[in-house]
Amino acid sequence: MLSRTAESLYWAARYMERTDATARLLEVGYRMAMMPTAAGGHANEWESVLAAAGAAQGFADQFDAATKSDTAEFLIFDEANPSSIRNCLRAARNNLRAARTAVTSEVWEAVNESYLRLLELEAQRALSLPELCDWTKRQSAVLRGAFSTTQLRSDGYDFFNLGYYVERADNTARLLDVKYYVLLPTIDMVGGEIDRFQWLTLLRALSAHRAFHWAYGGDISPEQVAHFLILNPSSPRSLLFCAEQIDRHLKHLSLANGGRTPADDFAADMFEALGTARIDAIMAQGVHDFLTGCIERNAKLHRLIGESYLFGAM
Amino acid sequence: MEKPAFFNEMYDGEALRPAYAHIVELFSKYAPDELALKKAEAETIFRRLGITFAVYGEENNAERLIPFDMMPRVFLESEWRRLERGVKQRARALNAFLWDVYHRGEIIRSGRIPAELVYQNAAYEPSVVGITPARKIYSHIIGIDLVRTGLGEFYVLEDNCRTPSGVSYMLENREIMMRMFPNLFHRARVQPIDDYPDALRRTLKSVAPAKCEGEPCAVILTPGAFNSAYYEHSFLADQMGLELVEGSDLFVDGEFCYMRTTRGPKRVDVIYRRIDDAFLDPLCFNPTSLVGVPGLMNVYRSGGVQICSAPGAGVADDKAVYTYVPEMIRFYLGEEPILKNVPTWMCHKPDDLTYVLENLKDLVVKEVHGSGGYGMLVGPASTKAEVEAYAGRIKSDPAAFIAQPTLALSTSPTFVDSGLAPRHVDLRPYCLVGDKVTLVPGGLTRVAMREGSLVVNSSQGGGVKDTWVIADDA
Repeated sequence: MLSRTAESLYWAARYMERTDATARLLEVGYRMAMMPTAAGGHANEWESVLAAAGAAQGFADQFDAATKSDTAEFLIFDEANPSSIRNCLRAARNNLRAARTAVTSEVWEAVNESYLRLLELEAQRALSLPELCDWTKRQSAVLRGAFSTTQLRSDGYDFFNLGYYVERADNTARLLDVKYYVLLPTIDMVGGEIDRFQWLTLLRALSAHRAFHWAYGGDISPEQVAHFLILNPSSPRSLLFCAEQIDRHLKHLSLANGGRTPADDFAADMFEALGTARIDAIMAQGVHDFLTGCIERNAKLHRLIGESYLFGAM
Repeated sequence: MEKPAFFNEMYDGEALRPAYAHIVELFSKYAPDELALKKAEAETIFRRLGITFAVYGEENNAERLIPFDMMPRVFLESEWRRLERGVKQRARALNAFLWDVYHRGEIIRSGRIPAELVYQNAAYEPSVVGITPARKIYSHIIGIDLVRTGLGEFYVLEDNCRTPSGVSYMLENREIMMRMFPNLFHRARVQPIDDYPDALRRTLKSVAPAKCEGEPCAVILTPGAFNSAYYEHSFLADQMGLELVEGSDLFVDGEFCYMRTTRGPKRVDVIYRRIDDAFLDPLCFNPTSLVGVPGLMNVYRSGGVQICSAPGAGVADDKAVYTYVPEMIRFYLGEEPILKNVPTWMCHKPDDLTYVLENLKDLVVKEVHGSGGYGMLVGPASTKAEVEAYAGRIKSDPAAFIAQPTLALSTSPTFVDSGLAPRHVDLRPYCLVGDKVTLVPGGLTRVAMREGSLVVNSSQGGGVKDTWVIADDA
């Protein structure tokens, strides 16, 4: 497979997963902002959402204060925000268009229709924020479904999935971090009513509320939520699950392409480290520090994948 | 001026011609609203597949659908056979001409074509003089634009020897028609064109360079996803099972060209390029080109890769060289041309210029290097002011223009709001030249959707139709 095609598939999946993550992040903000006691002196929810999306600086260049409507506009439609849902969807479409010969028509049509519809939605302004978030999550699911039901299980399938899980691991770490670090900077609020509500919201936004109860039962504790999102091997958004999938797809690729690459070794180490980690040790180390380390390692893995398979090489 | 009598492909006076006898009857079984539904369905499919084209000069992101007419344009097999012989004859002569002008130039020495017309031509490529491409073929895919003026009368409007586009419409139009009207195909015994992608792949692989070992690796080179014809590039790559590459996917190492793959470099033997000569290799041509491959021309010249069409092939489809194609057929093949050339006045000749300026309102005037219907004048369809303005342009640079009589383009039945009505059409068949010369029974029929209009270009509001070749006794 052409390296450029591999790269396009990888990025298409990353961008599509990012639209999903941004929609979920907006849901977190939206639900948290509805809390009656939210104005109690801690950080503004919308600022936290922007920080978690890595868009705080870009937003500040354009707007003064983070309001609901400005934040939503910036994260969904804004042309100037490279990670807005609109720009991500367009980037996903452009990447799949460039890799048009490597994907089925179902896959192409899924992303093409999503993008054309988003342009209509932008013009009409008929949907509310929760509706837009729902719509976005659904588009991501449609593409993912089209991909997994129609694509050949060859290199392209692995590169696409690598993009998904690298992006998802990054997003899970950021979402968790926003709750842990950004939302509640003062230690005395931990354990209070707001705290509990925020954990719940986080789980809901990850469509993991019920799954969590299945897995742990009973009350929500921060430790258990952290475990669920970091170390639970059956939670499809956990860092461990993502690391396992990345490891698996890289192994497929190196088998097919002849030889282990530096990316394989690094991913295997990441998988093993997470597989043997204990949640109490992570809590003792500090979840924010741990997550920051995860995000950095994920970025390094991204670079290694590129180097191993010649992305963007001249 | 007397009104030209247009050849109506469906009716001979009041009587239906044999080609349309069955089809009209079959179509009459569909109610108007049923047809309207099918038309809407076809357009939805085209848009969802992303079969759109961009019109240069319009706002960015303007992705438009080409209007599709559901009434097919029909040829009888006997009519088609004659056309086919004519097209193949022309394709052979054009390739013989190209080989000649990059070698000894016999046709020029014999005085049949003026030397300056060839050697001073902007499309003549000095860097490939003396180079012999595989099988001496320069133009592997030739699109010949034809118009019909009578029962057995066809004129060639122009030859496209570089990278003619539109063949994806030929294939997709057929696909859509088969999806919508399966019964019609069953009854009318339409000759299939599905073989085109395979024939193209065989053609490309048959011109692998001598240095190629084993199964040749052929690729399609596209300028990228933002090119107006990108859909076609990806469609053909898909249909042929070839890689669709951009310039940055290829690199030159030593005497060969390679593509970057996830398994390391892979040697490329044949490049079906959909970019112009000028952008192929920044080291040889336009140094600012970002879509080409540095060093590619050296590899080509030393026989390490075949480029299709070969660099320099454009000199054969120049609008001024066009007038000499009948001469080429006589000179190289010793045959009489089967298809006619349209009489052409070349404005760089003083006598021709005088005639053209005096008769502008009856003529069609084109830019020598123009294409796509941009910047042309259709005299009879223009206002007096438009004609006068155009005369000014000609006078300021006569050599840039040629003129032809306004041809009486035939009409084919076309669905309009009020039902079927005659609309003017042309035809572009795609001739493949490799180890053999191949023409699939069909082509792209373009139709001027506006009543009376003679301009069929999609950039000027033209549409397309499926083109059928059916058995004479169908």
